[in-house]
Amino acid sequence: MFELIGVPPQMLFGQLTLGLVNGAFYAVLSLGLAVIFGLLNVINFTHGAQYMMGAFIAYILLTVLGIPFWGSLLLAPILVGIVGIAIERTMLRKLYHLDHLYGLLLTFGLALVIEGLFRNQYGVSGQPYASPLPGGYNLGFMFLPKYRGFVVLASLVVCLGTWFVIERTKLGSYLRAAVERPDLVQAFGVNVPLMITLTYGFGVALAGFAGVLAAPIYQVSPMMGANLIIVVFAVVVIGGMGSILGAIITGYMLGIIEGLTRVFYPEASSTVIFVIMAIVLLIRPQGLFGTAK
Amino acid sequence: MNNRTLIAFIAFLALAFVAPFFLYPIYLIKVLCFALFACAFNLLLGYVGLLSFGHAMFFGGASYFTGHIVKVWGWPTEISILAGTLMAALMGLVAGSIAIRRQGIYFAMVTLALAQMFFFFSLQAPFTGGEDGIQAIPRRPLFGVIDIYNDMNLYFVVLAIFTFGFLVVYRTIHSPFGQVLKAIRENEPRAVSLGYKTDHYKLMAFVLSATLAGLAGATKSIAFQIASLTDVAWQMSGEVVLMTLVGGMGTIFGPVVGAAVIVTMQNYLAGFGEWVLIIQGVIFVIVVLLFRRGIVGELSAWMDRRNRRKEVAQEEIAESDAAVGAKGHSA
Repeated sequence: MFELIGVPPQMLFGQLTLGLVNGAFYAVLSLGLAVIFGLLNVINFTHGAQYMMGAFIAYILLTVLGIPFWGSLLLAPILVGIVGIAIERTMLRKLYHLDHLYGLLLTFGLALVIEGLFRNQYGVSGQPYASPLPGGYNLGFMFLPKYRGFVVLASLVVCLGTWFVIERTKLGSYLRAAVERPDLVQAFGVNVPLMITLTYGFGVALAGFAGVLAAPIYQVSPMMGANLIIVVFAVVVIGGMGSILGAIITGYMLGIIEGLTRVFYPEASSTVIFVIMAIVLLIRPQGLFGTAK
Repeated sequence: MNNRTLIAFIAFLALAFVAPFFLYPIYLIKVLCFALFACAFNLLLGYVGLLSFGHAMFFGGASYFTGHIVKVWGWPTEISILAGTLMAALMGLVAGSIAIRRQGIYFAMVTLALAQMFFFFSLQAPFTGGEDGIQAIPRRPLFGVIDIYNDMNLYFVVLAIFTFGFLVVYRTIHSPFGQVLKAIRENEPRAVSLGYKTDHYKLMAFVLSATLAGLAGATKSIAFQIASLTDVAWQMSGEVVLMTLVGGMGTIFGPVVGAAVIVTMQNYLAGFGEWVLIIQGVIFVIVVLLFRRGIVGELSAWMDRRNRRKEVAQEEIAESDAAVGAKGHSA
């Protein structure tokens, strides 16, 4: 078997796939954060907890009601979205007139509550979730598990779909207008508060969707979102939240870089994204795709 | 110090001197360590308006460093605490120069990410002891004479360290430097237009805050003889935010009260497992939605209102007196 830069190709491509899968999650999660931040000016700290909720709802639907993965893929994001809408209506809404930091603090508190409740119920150890697509393809140079391929594909479809709706449709144009001047858009007869609620619900549903996708790959555990969300924050800082496409590209790119690091210098794989963040901040503080403000 | 602050400070010192004779000294030491940590954090959030979500890296970094040089290098206690504090200052300089490049929400995310990076470093670095942490850190006599294995002695040493840190924060806030910090908090572009290099001021405040957080962490590692991953985890950063928020950000005593409340709560609820997390989250939500001024903030607002009512009442009396006097003269 030939070797590539001193690394067996199975390992290289294996880690690349894993990186691509991680990148798929980073992309969907940072996309949700960017959509929410655009309209609400709130950094949704609950995003990680909502991602975890998505995975747990899929797990509960399977074990209690016997609903298979494909049903959960549709149901769980809707349920997580509804919880998100309730949060926006009852709490988040009251903070829009204040400093943005309060939104961050509120959602941080909510994340603690949600994670605490699940830990109380299920403990800290992970629950297994069987892969709905067992087996894989032998591509000659590597083995590609079917489900991982599906995750990357599904995340791409959702990301590009979201990008299309926001950048290329009438509804998206209202949304973009409301990001710039909510007061004017409201004056034109668009129900901006409703739009804000639905946007939050949608962003949160994206987190729930990522959670369902993650359930068969990682174990379903109450803390699965807490550590991930911090990495996603770093991804968001690197990309800058100005552009939807930027969030998606940055997500995939960093996933792949992380995967490559795991091949060539495994000790740094958990910190590489933070190091990149520091470098980007020093060279281009507004982020790769952000606009100077 | 104005009258009210001075009275409160004297009352606090009196209380602090009596407390160890009635309460468990180790518990009080914990309160003091976290109070200093929260005061350091409040300097940044309350007076510069910068929300750092990564202060655990300074607290925990100093804790590890102090623990290591006391235990492995065998340095004297007082020098080790000083070295740990300096380490935190250095880390504050590095993290600060990166973080102040972004404002507001981004600042919070950047500090959180940097602290997480330090967490992973601590998890892997050989001298931190990984999951076990550095345990059984010796409490060598302070200056070679004060035996700090005696909890009572240790308590007064920690009280002295806390008071020093507290006064540094107080002095900073009430100096011309502190006035500029407040100007930056209120309106940064305006401060820039007045010719202040706001980035320098923000960085200095950040380093100072990190240094004092480090002092708290270094003291903690000696007092509790352990430095572990808990000290650098993001939950620790969240806790100090909570303490400051509950007590009242931007108030002198708020962080102290907040630290006392949260540490006490953790002590009582220690047996309830995950409920501590849930209750802390609920407190976060309640404070953000309903009591944004915190305990001390609400209290001093209430006292201000009462004083104003009194003043108004006195003015009315004075006015009616004057009116009566005028009548008397004319008669």
